[in-house]
Amino acid sequence: MTETEMELRVTPIGNGTVIDHIPAGQALNVLKILGIDRTTEATISVLMNVSSLRSGKKDIVKVEDRELKEEEVNKISLIAPGATINIIRNRRVVEKYTVDMPDLIVGVLRCPNPSCISNTNEPIKSQLLVKSKNPVVLRCVYCEQPITENIADYLI
Amino acid sequence: MFGKRHVLSMREFSRDEIDSVLDLAESLEPYARGGRCEALSGKILALLFFEPSTRTRLSFETAMMRLGGKTLSLGPAEGSAIAKGESLADTIRVIGAYADALVIRHPKEGSARLASQFSPVPVLNAGDGAGHHPTQTLLDLYTIRKESSLEDLRIALVGDLKYGRTVHSLAYALALYGADITLVSPPTLEMPASIKADLAGKGTMVREAHHLDSVIRDVDVLYVTRIQRERFPDPYEYSKVAKSYRIGPESLDGVRDGLIIMHPLPRVDEIAPEVDETRHALYFKQSFYGVPVRMALLKMLMEESR
Ligand SMILES: Nc1ncnc2c1ncn2[C@@H]1O[C@H](COP(=O)(O)OP(=O)(O)OP(=O)(O)O)[C@@H](O)[C@H]1O
Ligand SMILES: [Mg+2]
Ligand SMILES: [Zn+2]
Repeated sequence: MTETEMELRVTPIGNGTVIDHIPAGQALNVLKILGIDRTTEATISVLMNVSSLRSGKKDIVKVEDRELKEEEVNKISLIAPGATINIIRNRRVVEKYTVDMPDLIVGVLRCPNPSCISNTNEPIKSQLLVKSKNPVVLRCVYCEQPITENIADYLI
Repeated sequence: MFGKRHVLSMREFSRDEIDSVLDLAESLEPYARGGRCEALSGKILALLFFEPSTRTRLSFETAMMRLGGKTLSLGPAEGSAIAKGESLADTIRVIGAYADALVIRHPKEGSARLASQFSPVPVLNAGDGAGHHPTQTLLDLYTIRKESSLEDLRIALVGDLKYGRTVHSLAYALALYGADITLVSPPTLEMPASIKADLAGKGTMVREAHHLDSVIRDVDVLYVTRIQRERFPDPYEYSKVAKSYRIGPESLDGVRDGLIIMHPLPRVDEIAPEVDETRHALYFKQSFYGVPVRMALLKMLMEESR
């Protein structure tokens, strides 16, 4: 099977968004960040551990009939910094870009500090400032605690 | 000169902003000593203490009264009752509508920042858990500037440098002045690597030592903090360590003439009472300097919100 055939295991979609080059094992976390769960009506295909020339193994997520907005999809850069977003119209890739980490991450990760006010039931969302994108260094706006590793563990 | 609406963390202060607070504090010192001043007459400062701290609360109260203003305060008992029934955000919105500024001490880190997001009036952080206590740092800097010098300063920070928030934000601020800092702590209570990296990033020389020994003879300022018993699983180990960091009259042999010894107070037995009588003991004056420094902040924040 060629790389293309591997990726196309699932029938080509007419319109939608393909999130490609997700590090192997992170596809479900990507869905989590995008807020895609069992209540979502869109047809979603998840390919895990696809062979890739660039990176060995990767995951791919395909969302049909929805063109994801750049600001919502950029949040996945926390766990999938090299992911590419492909907008598909009439079965063709009409737009492609690599996700870029936003400067502020709101409501996606909880602060790792158990005594942070953002981990209580105050009417606020967690807010993390991006101090560095590579390596990833985040800092809680409230308690200023840094997060540098195991980022997926803190997904809300 | 001072564009801030709130005072939450030393991280938000530039050197110029610090200098402008210290300058104003200096000009207010005569009023801190009792001179008549009506700068904030008609203004109300609300003190919200969700955690006990008599010293800081009284210092803020004094500062407000010396400026001719009034205070209303919420003690820890009321504070914790409220904390059970209502979110901090709601408490802040309600009390923010009664007062012209709020001082908050709360056990959760980041609580003052949260308060600032909901408050219609300026918020001053008087300690948020293990987080920040910027007015303490500013009064420390004021003391150093008045009684020693912030230029070419050689300072040793002594004691619990791991958990002590006062030393973290003091070290951070001193880095803005290019101070030469020696960290003296037991190996288990060293300053966290992230903070040291922050200091290094500012181009500050930081040395580390585990014993006071000769360090005390090489510095202009000795900043002593308490080593808490709870930090040591073994009581014997604690008493051994505590003893080796204790400053007694004999520790002062051969120190610089102008050496000043500071302590955020309360002290337990880190500094022997005999030291109080020496010209090096500055900790009580340091504590008094909290009044002009807090006056300066209140005046800056409340006059601008007029
Ligand atoms: N109509 C479609 N339906 C489903 N998936 C598609 C469709 N068109 C492209 N894709 C998938 O979108 C991704 C990007 O497609 P593209 O043709 O740009 O591949 P590429 O040239 O390998 O791009 P890249 O350099 O980003 O890897 C691939 O995973 C591909 O399988
Ligand atoms: Mg490809
Ligand atoms: Zn936090």
